Amino acid sequence: MQILYAVVTLGGVGAFFGLLLGLAARFFAVASDQRVEAVREALPGANCGACGYTGCNKFAEAVVEGEAPVNGCIPGGSITTEEIAAIMGQEVAAVKPMVAAVFCLGDRRRASELFIYHGVPDCAYAQQYHGGFKACADGCLGLGNCVRACPFEAISIGPNGLPKVDETKCGGCGLCVEACPRGIIRLIPKDEQGHLVSCNSHERGRKVSNACEVGCTGCKACLRVCPHEAITMEDNLAVIDLEKCDDCGLCVEKCRFNAIHPRCESEIEDGVGPEAASA
Amino acid sequence: MEKLISILFIYILVDNFVLQRFFGICPFLGVSRKMETAMGMGMAVVFVITLSTLVTWLIHYYILVPLGLEFLQLVTFILVIAGLVQLVEIFLRKASPTLYQGLGIYLPLITTNCAVLAVALLAVRQEFTLLESVVFGIAASLGFWMALVIMSGIRERLELTKVPGPLQGTAITLITAGILSLAFMGFRGMLTF
Repeated sequence: MQILYAVVTLGGVGAFFGLLLGLAARFFAVASDQRVEAVREALPGANCGACGYTGCNKFAEAVVEGEAPVNGCIPGGSITTEEIAAIMGQEVAAVKPMVAAVFCLGDRRRASELFIYHGVPDCAYAQQYHGGFKACADGCLGLGNCVRACPFEAISIGPNGLPKVDETKCGGCGLCVEACPRGIIRLIPKDEQGHLVSCNSHERGRKVSNACEVGCTGCKACLRVCPHEAITMEDNLAVIDLEKCDDCGLCVEKCRFNAIHPRCESEIEDGVGPEAASA
Repeated sequence: MEKLISILFIYILVDNFVLQRFFGICPFLGVSRKMETAMGMGMAVVFVITLSTLVTWLIHYYILVPLGLEFLQLVTFILVIAGLVQLVEIFLRKASPTLYQGLGIYLPLITTNCAVLAVALLAVRQEFTLLESVVFGIAASLGFWMALVIMSGIRERLELTKVPGPLQGTAITLITAGILSLAFMGFRGMLTF
């Protein structure tokens, strides 16, 4: 008899809650948009926040509600944008895929240091301690705030102590740009070839060349030699517009400070510095 | 009244569910990385434990005891808690989207939190009255919330400190939890029934 009670009671409680849940699901149903699900499926799912929303989920909701543009996902690039545009029934120009680039080549060998830093291994902390341990106030400290900020694991600290961006993994979300206390990382177009001034120093002349072997002193020699007017001076630093640069290399020859390099990664890594040139 | 107040103090400080009884260690370690998530989880736990203690107490004394089925306690409570959490989730989604967003993922996660079941079982075992059970539920979950918030505060600071290589990550978290538990042992014996 007792086993009957047990079965009936447990079954009854189970059935009661089942029924309650079933009814609740019907009466408290919240109409959800099918497109939110579809848009979320199309997104990369890295939750990097480059779109300005807290995650892919929020971005999907915002897109369906018409708050966010369909091409708002930078890491997803044109493929994702096309998919979302198809879901939303819109025609939109593709986003230009961007990648992060580190604008400093001043590793231990090339850039001098003022003192040995033993503090917290965090660039922002090192920056606050006497303005950083590098002689160059804008050079890379190499303590890896950008590495930790990257949701794609695309950045690593190379053997020379400087961060290296794996362009195949980089989603161009720009989190590393914000993470760097010295503003060394910038986003550049992924598919454009050309040359880069891989320096971030806003000082001029001897102050730069004393601190680093590969710093841009702001002499404007490259500016005058460039036939395409691709180079501009921004706060004592030459900046090359990759969309105008056609890879002619005249500026590389002209630069006396070895600050300009082709974008090709291997050459940056091996270094076109004084040692490599004389070898 | 005196007993209610002593229940409140005992289960928040003296007999803290996480730090003294070691219930709910999984969410304690899992969601204590950030203060924000700890607050969300804590809120959801207070909500669910209080409600489930109330419902399981009623079921125990009005269904199980009259039928002589006390041995079904455990199974029934699991069933009730799981159903209740689902119900609350569905209800909240409709009734209060803001609260639903706030609790977020933590609400369904609590279904498998052993602290919830422990409170329901202990309330019956200690022969609390209905009011005492509810206060017990509130106290235990507030204790859980407090432990979670303290832990997340410590862990946010740990992120910025230099931890020796072999101790990094989970190791230092467990050591911290142990020291925290030791510290709470200082309350031992201050209040008992």
